[in-house]
Amino acid sequence: MRTRWLKIPAAWITPLGVIGAVIAITWVGIAFTARLWVPFDPLSQDLPRLQAPGIDTLMGTDALGRDIFSRLMTGASVTIPLALMLVLMSLAVGTLIGAIAGYFGKWVDELLMRLTDLVMAFPTVILAMVVAAALGPSLFNAVIAAFVVSWPQYARMTRSIVLGLRTQNYVMAGRLMGFSPFKTLRVDIAPNVVGPILVLASLDVGTAILLLSGLSFLGLGAQPPTAEWGSMISAAIQNFDSWWIGLFPGLAILTVVMAFNFVGDSLRDIFDPTSQVSRAGARS
Amino acid sequence: MGNTPRATRRYSARSPLVGYLLRRLGTSVLLLFGVTIVTFALANLVPGDPIAAALGEGAASNPATVEAYIKERGLDQPLPVQYANYIGGLFQGDMGISLRTTQPVADDLAKAVPATVEIALLAIIVSLGIGVALGSLAAYRRGKISDQLVRVFSLIGLSIPTFWMALVSFNFFFLQLRIAPGSGRLSPALAPPPTVTGFYTADALLAGQWVTFTDALAHLMLPVFVLSLFTIGLLTRFVRTSVLEVLDADYVRAGRAKGLSGSRLLFGYVLRGASLPILTIVGLAFGTLLSGTVLVEAVFAWPGLGSYAYNSATSLDLPGVMGVGLVVGVVYLSINFAVDLLYGVLDPRVRLA
Repeated sequence: MRTRWLKIPAAWITPLGVIGAVIAITWVGIAFTARLWVPFDPLSQDLPRLQAPGIDTLMGTDALGRDIFSRLMTGASVTIPLALMLVLMSLAVGTLIGAIAGYFGKWVDELLMRLTDLVMAFPTVILAMVVAAALGPSLFNAVIAAFVVSWPQYARMTRSIVLGLRTQNYVMAGRLMGFSPFKTLRVDIAPNVVGPILVLASLDVGTAILLLSGLSFLGLGAQPPTAEWGSMISAAIQNFDSWWIGLFPGLAILTVVMAFNFVGDSLRDIFDPTSQVSRAGARS
Repeated sequence: MGNTPRATRRYSARSPLVGYLLRRLGTSVLLLFGVTIVTFALANLVPGDPIAAALGEGAASNPATVEAYIKERGLDQPLPVQYANYIGGLFQGDMGISLRTTQPVADDLAKAVPATVEIALLAIIVSLGIGVALGSLAAYRRGKISDQLVRVFSLIGLSIPTFWMALVSFNFFFLQLRIAPGSGRLSPALAPPPTVTGFYTADALLAGQWVTFTDALAHLMLPVFVLSLFTIGLLTRFVRTSVLEVLDADYVRAGRAKGLSGSRLLFGYVLRGASLPILTIVGLAFGTLLSGTVLVEAVFAWPGLGSYAYNSATSLDLPGVMGVGLVVGVVYLSINFAVDLLYGVLDPRVRLA
């Protein structure tokens, strides 16, 4: 039985969504507590090198004698908070820009949308890679680079919703009652934007993790000796025979991303039953 | 498009398709210029010292050398002039000198692009085939077990880190099972076929070298498989949505009422009606494929754009990275422009919009 304070409508509870939520919450829990309970210091190089998984070291050790299990668990506290922060940043900036463009229209819209077109003219990883390389390799710069490529999708979605609502009667009524543009955006328009943006954001957490770990894999994100999943996988290229070095960090990325995708996809069913296909490049 | 030039509008009144194409071409060209501005700005506004990086430490400590370099490269001129020079260089195919290979970036890329396009084209074909099949199946059996399974599989496909999958499958199929060939585009014993298209498979066929063809094809298998996983997931989901949208349309019901067979209804009616959104997503999928190659080719030592980008990025060879960004931006824009063209050809309503 559901308790009163946790008013989750029954329709929200789908197997996929629940599985995703449980895995995602577990990982977030690991991210915030891992440093307290991992068996070894993720940076210490005291263990025998390239040891296969066993009882002492659950997932083996890497080429420098570090415990992969400990690095994997603490790696969650690098990637997951950064990915969440990245999504929040893109969401805040993108939604604001989209709302302004959609509401004010005219040259404001033209200017802002040309800017989003420009960012979207590149495949994401490529542009993020170029930006990260130009800024210099570091985890912080990788987040900036990922931010540069991720806000436009929020802007574009918000703009299209706002554009559709702007001339609705109830919005006009508010304007006639003397609502300021920002009050109109907040009171009359924002509630309609929340659902679709939430779906986009939950799916985007997965994309953000893939992007950040991908940049680190390329050497443009986390720098040694940071325990980060993408850079742990790239270390496996030098040690093909020790399969455990690359296998486990990849499974970690896969399960987190999958969990957020499951959640996002279930949310989509709730907020957007029609799941409209939008023409991402076109504007009419 | 609010401010279409008058001349175009009058012309478009006579031939809507031409007007539509001109408008799309106009925006694409503008975006292309935007792309060059982005790469130029990134290459010039770097916090580091590109001059020191380009000259090496020894030469950079000599003021005379630095001054000569600045003069030679026109770096003492204002940025707009530098940008004009950069564009002028681009028109002549000059994208700078790679710090890593010390070759012109344009020459390096000319060798790398066909290798990547060969993978990407094959991956698109594979993903489109599987995606259309799975997506239509899921839509036909909406809500049933098979629909749910397809949904879970496509979501997992979208969640796999491609660079990791490349590593794992290379390890498994090549090092453990020994059923896949090793890295690279050809086995070391074979010589590349004479270059016509730059695609080893096509060139080998043209030259009649059957052994080379099968070897090149075998080398393509694993990278294509790894790259396709994400796009299969992407396409499956969109095909399902777009098929669902037309499945209840009147014309499909009419076809059914006429007693058309399942396959004729699917290909002639349903998929034809759903082709526009699918086409759109194929254009976008191409972008994710190009992104994917950056992360996959390094693992398979595939000498394409991705490896080049990876090597340039890891050795902080900025001209190399910028070159890849520019080329990929241009390719991606062209693909999406081509998709827009096909849109206009396939759907008469688009031309008038």
